[in-house]
Amino acid sequence: MSMAVSLHDVAVRRRGKSILGPITTDMAGTGFTIILGPNGSGKTTFLKVLHGVERISDGALEWSIPETEARQAQAYVFQSPIMLRRSVAANLAYPLQLEKLGKPAIAKRVSEWAQRIGLSDALDRPATRLSGGEKQKLAIGRALIRQPKVLFLDEPCANLDGRATREIEALLLDANQRGTRIIMSTHNLGQAKRLATDVLFLLNGRIHERGDADVFFAKPSGEESAAFLKGDIVE
Amino acid sequence: MNDIWSGIEAAFWLVITLDADLVDITLRSLQVSLTALIIASAIALPFGTWLAIRRFRFRRAVIATLNALMGLPPVVVGLIVYLLLSRSGPFGVLGLLFTPTAMIIAQVIIITPLIASITHQAMRELWAEYHDLLISLNTSKSQRIATLIWDGRRTLLTAALAGFGRAIGEVGAIMIVGGNIDNATRVLTTAIALETGKGDFALALGLGFVLIALALLVNFAIHALSRTEREGRW
Ligand SMILES: Nc1ncnc2c1ncn2[C@@H]1O[C@H](COP(=O)(O)OP(=O)(O)OP(=O)(O)O)[C@@H](O)[C@H]1O
Ligand SMILES: [Mg+2]
Repeated sequence: MSMAVSLHDVAVRRRGKSILGPITTDMAGTGFTIILGPNGSGKTTFLKVLHGVERISDGALEWSIPETEARQAQAYVFQSPIMLRRSVAANLAYPLQLEKLGKPAIAKRVSEWAQRIGLSDALDRPATRLSGGEKQKLAIGRALIRQPKVLFLDEPCANLDGRATREIEALLLDANQRGTRIIMSTHNLGQAKRLATDVLFLLNGRIHERGDADVFFAKPSGEESAAFLKGDIVE
Repeated sequence: MNDIWSGIEAAFWLVITLDADLVDITLRSLQVSLTALIIASAIALPFGTWLAIRRFRFRRAVIATLNALMGLPPVVVGLIVYLLLSRSGPFGVLGLLFTPTAMIIAQVIIITPLIASITHQAMRELWAEYHDLLISLNTSKSQRIATLIWDGRRTLLTAALAGFGRAIGEVGAIMIVGGNIDNATRVLTTAIALETGKGDFALALGLGFVLIALALLVNFAIHALSRTEREGRW
C-alpha cells in the first residue's frame, strides 16, 4: 500500500519572515517527484516539512496512515550527508539496529546493500574518511536499507561528478521501481529530466507550478518556470 | 644537597624493591581514586550527555553552576564534607569520618563537575553533528543517548581520565576528611606531605615517583585517545 500526504495551508515562518507557504497540495502515488526552484525558494524547508522534522507555523499536514507509522516508513537524505563516526558497515547497520533486527539478518542486508552502493571493499573503513561521492552513496544506502515507502533527498548529487551521479541515479530509479516513492530536490535540470515523473516548481516559498514531467518540460505554463527551464536567472 | 641525592637513591631502591609501605600506600590511593572515579563517571557521563541534548528552562543556569562547581577549591570541599560527617554533623551517626569512604565522597564531589562539564562539551558537538539524522530516523531518547555515548566513547574516556588525574593528585580534601592515618587512610599525596614534613625524603620521593608515573600514564593515554579521535580511526 502506498501512502499519501495532504497539506492544507501549510506555512513556515521564522523570525517573523515567511519562508514557506501557504501551501495546499496532495502527494500520492508511487512516482518520482522532482522539486525545482532557485536558491532560497524553500526546497529544503518543504522537504523537511513533509518529513515532519520542521515545525510548521500554520496549517495542517496529514498522512494517509497513522503518524508514527508514517514516520517509520520514511527516510531522508540530507543536503550534506551525515556520517556516524563508525565504519561503513556500522553506518548501514544502524537503522536496522534501531528496529532491533537480529544480527544475522542485519549482516545479510548490510552486505547486500554494500554491494549495491559499490562499497563492499570499504565496509571496515571509517565512514567519515570516505570521499564526497562515497559518503553520498552510503547515506542513500543507509536510507534505503529499511525499504522506506517514501524517500526524501535534498540535492543528493550536488558537487558530484558524472560517474557518481549516474551511479546514484541508477540506485534511485531501482528503488523507485521496487516501490519506494521518491521526492527529491535538485538544481540539475538534466537530472530532473532523466528522473522525474512529475515536477513541483517552488518560487519564494510557494508552489508556482506543478505537473507531469513531460508536460512541464515541454510546455511550462508559468512565465518564471519557463524562464528557469531556459536557464535564465529567476529571482 | 647531599640529603636530596641520597634521598633520590633511596627512593629509587624503594621503588625497585617494591617496599611494603610504598606498595600499600599506592594501592590505597588507587583504590580510593578509582572508586571515586567509577561513582563520579556513573553520575557525570549520563548527566553531561543528557544536558547536551535536552532543552529545558534552567539549562544555562545548570551549566553555569556546573562550571562554577568545577572551580571549587578542594580544601573547601574537604571542610564541608568534614562538617557533614563529623560526630555533630547530620551524617555523624554513620561514623564515616576518617575512613576511605569519606575520602571517596570528597573526591566524587571534586571530580563529578569536571567530568560532567567535559562530557557536556564533547557531547554537544557530537549532538550538533548527529541531530538531524537521529531525529529523521525517529530514534527514542534512550537510543539517542546510547548512540552519542557509544560514538563519543573516546572523548568520554578522556573526560574520565582527566577526573582520575585530578583525584589521584588531590591532597587538601582527603587530608581533612581522611586524617592521613597510617594503614587506614594514608594515600600517596598525604603521605608525601607527611614524610616531607618529617624530613624523610627517601619515602617522600619514592611516593612522588609513583605519583608522577601515574600522572604521566594518564596524560599519555589522554593524548593517544584524542589523537585517534582526530585522525578518525576507531
Ligand atoms: N531557521 C531559519 N531561520 C530563518 N530563516 C531560515 C531558516 N531556515 C531557512 N531559512 C530561510 O528560508 C529560505 C528557504 O530556505 P531553504 O533552505 O528551504 O531554501 P532552498 O530552496 O533549499 O535553497 P538551496 O537551493 O540554497 O538549498 C532561505 O531564505 C533561508 O535563508
Ligand atoms: Mg536546500
